[in-house]
Amino acid sequence: MPWTKLLIEKQEPFPLDKTGEGVRELSYVEAIREALDQALALDEHVLVMGQGVDDPLGMFGVTLNLHKKYGRDRVFDVPLSENAMTGVAIGAALTGMRPVYLHNRPDFLLLAMDQIVNHASKWGYMFGGQVRVPMVIWAAVGRGWGSAAQHSQALHGLFMHVPGLSLVMPSTPYDAKGLLITSIADNNPVIVMEHRWLFRQTGHVPAEMYAIPFGQGIIRRSGGDVTIVAVSYMVVEALRAAQELQQHSIDVEVIDLRTLKPLDTEIIINSVKKTGRLIVADTDWKTGGVSAEIAALVAEKGFNYLKAPIKRVASPDVPTPASYVLEAKFYPETADIVSCCREIVGRKS
Amino acid sequence: MKFSCQKEWQKGMPQSILFDTDSIDLSKETLLQLYRMMLEIRRVELKIEELYHQDEMKTPIHLCVGQEAVAVGVCAHLNTDDYVFSNHRGHGHYIAKGGDIRAMIAELYNRETGCSRGRGGSMHLIDTSVGLLGSSSIVGGCVPIATGTALGSVLQGRNCVSVAFFGDAAIEEGVLYESINFAMLKNLPVIYVCENNLYSVCSHLSKRQPNDDIYRRFQGLSIPGYRVDGNNVIEVYHTAKKAIDSARLGGGPSFIECRTYRLRDHHGTGSGVEVGYRTQDELDEWAAKCPVKNFELFLVERNLMTAREVEQFITEIDREIDEAFKFAQASALPDENELLNYLYQ
Repeated sequence: MPWTKLLIEKQEPFPLDKTGEGVRELSYVEAIREALDQALALDEHVLVMGQGVDDPLGMFGVTLNLHKKYGRDRVFDVPLSENAMTGVAIGAALTGMRPVYLHNRPDFLLLAMDQIVNHASKWGYMFGGQVRVPMVIWAAVGRGWGSAAQHSQALHGLFMHVPGLSLVMPSTPYDAKGLLITSIADNNPVIVMEHRWLFRQTGHVPAEMYAIPFGQGIIRRSGGDVTIVAVSYMVVEALRAAQELQQHSIDVEVIDLRTLKPLDTEIIINSVKKTGRLIVADTDWKTGGVSAEIAALVAEKGFNYLKAPIKRVASPDVPTPASYVLEAKFYPETADIVSCCREIVGRKS
Repeated sequence: MKFSCQKEWQKGMPQSILFDTDSIDLSKETLLQLYRMMLEIRRVELKIEELYHQDEMKTPIHLCVGQEAVAVGVCAHLNTDDYVFSNHRGHGHYIAKGGDIRAMIAELYNRETGCSRGRGGSMHLIDTSVGLLGSSSIVGGCVPIATGTALGSVLQGRNCVSVAFFGDAAIEEGVLYESINFAMLKNLPVIYVCENNLYSVCSHLSKRQPNDDIYRRFQGLSIPGYRVDGNNVIEVYHTAKKAIDSARLGGGPSFIECRTYRLRDHHGTGSGVEVGYRTQDELDEWAAKCPVKNFELFLVERNLMTAREVEQFITEIDREIDEAFKFAQASALPDENELLNYLYQ
């Protein structure tokens, strides 16, 4: 099996922050496309499916022209039947295929909840481990330009809740490639939740295939005063906030979780042990979401390290509005994280 | 307001001659195999029913008494590497596909030796060694998965056929339409077998669907649709053969509506008459069309099988069933410390 070898030999847990001349840089979209390309080349069992994956837009470019290289048997458009097509992916996976089913938006995954939650996540456990469902469901969270209530939901909290799924949320081109490779190699159903606003980022991406292990967060910035635990696009906002706060002599540590399921609890607790202050920054709603889970985790396992109450930066509990005035109010940004940090260290003004 | 769509509903198949002697061109050996398999399913179900009150099988049972001919007539054409998916009423499909009865009974007894290691229960049976890749208790849930295995087979160049068994209520689920649309689009080797037993729990078909024409429901997608007497194993056998042979030769999917009736309640051991959603007369009418008994009478009358052979079958089957129950009862329960096992690999 090519995947086992890859996972054992090529695991590279920490990206190299290489910059400058001679360092290979790719855009976020190109990094994802390269992961799919290399996976398709490595293993003929890999399938890439989804609405428009073989059209001239190629799903934001992440699947662009892959059908020309690998044929429409393996890279194929699908009917708009999210539930059945998820079941089709499960069935194909049961016969040994490794389907990657891409969706423009996670909002559409709600149509497939029966097959994702009742079937994909349970088929391994419910039958005592005798069958596995190696499949990837990929979707990109939208934001802005009036995308509104049904085209910009961040629904990862729903999936984090379900045993049997893995949940991946990268934030850099390097991670987007390495985590997608790991997701395809994994023998269980994996949800990869991308964020549309990360797609124009560029960064170092090695040309060879590499896999980033699940459940290993990464310290994006080291600091001693406040821990910000973030995922996906909020990592970018957190790093911006950290930069700003540096000018005010507040030293922020930014942790990028990279995968929410499995969750790297150790990296969170260790950081809180050091800083004594926790802010969780997420793109999801606040109530019952990922930020609530992480806050609960620290309350359970790191309460004694806390010097101040935990703070959360997350979306307010309303659907995403369309008007840009309301959008601006809806989305938490750098300034919100900055003011949270100032409050948590006791500097209100 | 009064709804005007109350139509004449067929109570089942017209009282035709069950076994049209002209159409029987099967060997004695095949006929006896079909009978023996139906008898085996029937006797397993009756044994489960007999012992269920002991409360040692702690799982909701959905007996298929009365529906045996469908599973047997279809699975008779399947090879070990063909795929079958089932639903909550899956004992018959499991046995007809060749599943290990000991492991099935052990699953009902919640044992570690059960076919799903005690994690699935009665509604989630599997035997990967014979191509039964699972069963779902979400109505219609396995239909797209079966369709996906057909896609997988084609892409890997295997000449396999996939079968999805489901009930009449699955027709009401959107996922049926979605799955058949895709199967027709890709010309996949998958057979959709609807066991129309007229009831979803206590709700009659007439309360749930506007027409009594399930077999024609997907005509707009151009899938061949057949309606057969699901209590007539020969009819099921012939129609399934046509559909499965066609799929194997690249002819794509087919849809078969098998009209049948469950002689037991939705779950548990009663008949449903005591609950009040159907009458004793209706039950008696269908009991008279029993697929096992009528086929037995036919074979004996035609001198294809002797009463002594029937006795011999019963002896063999009952021995096997007794062994299965003893095996199950003697098997260990799962280790509670293994609660979290098998979630991920």
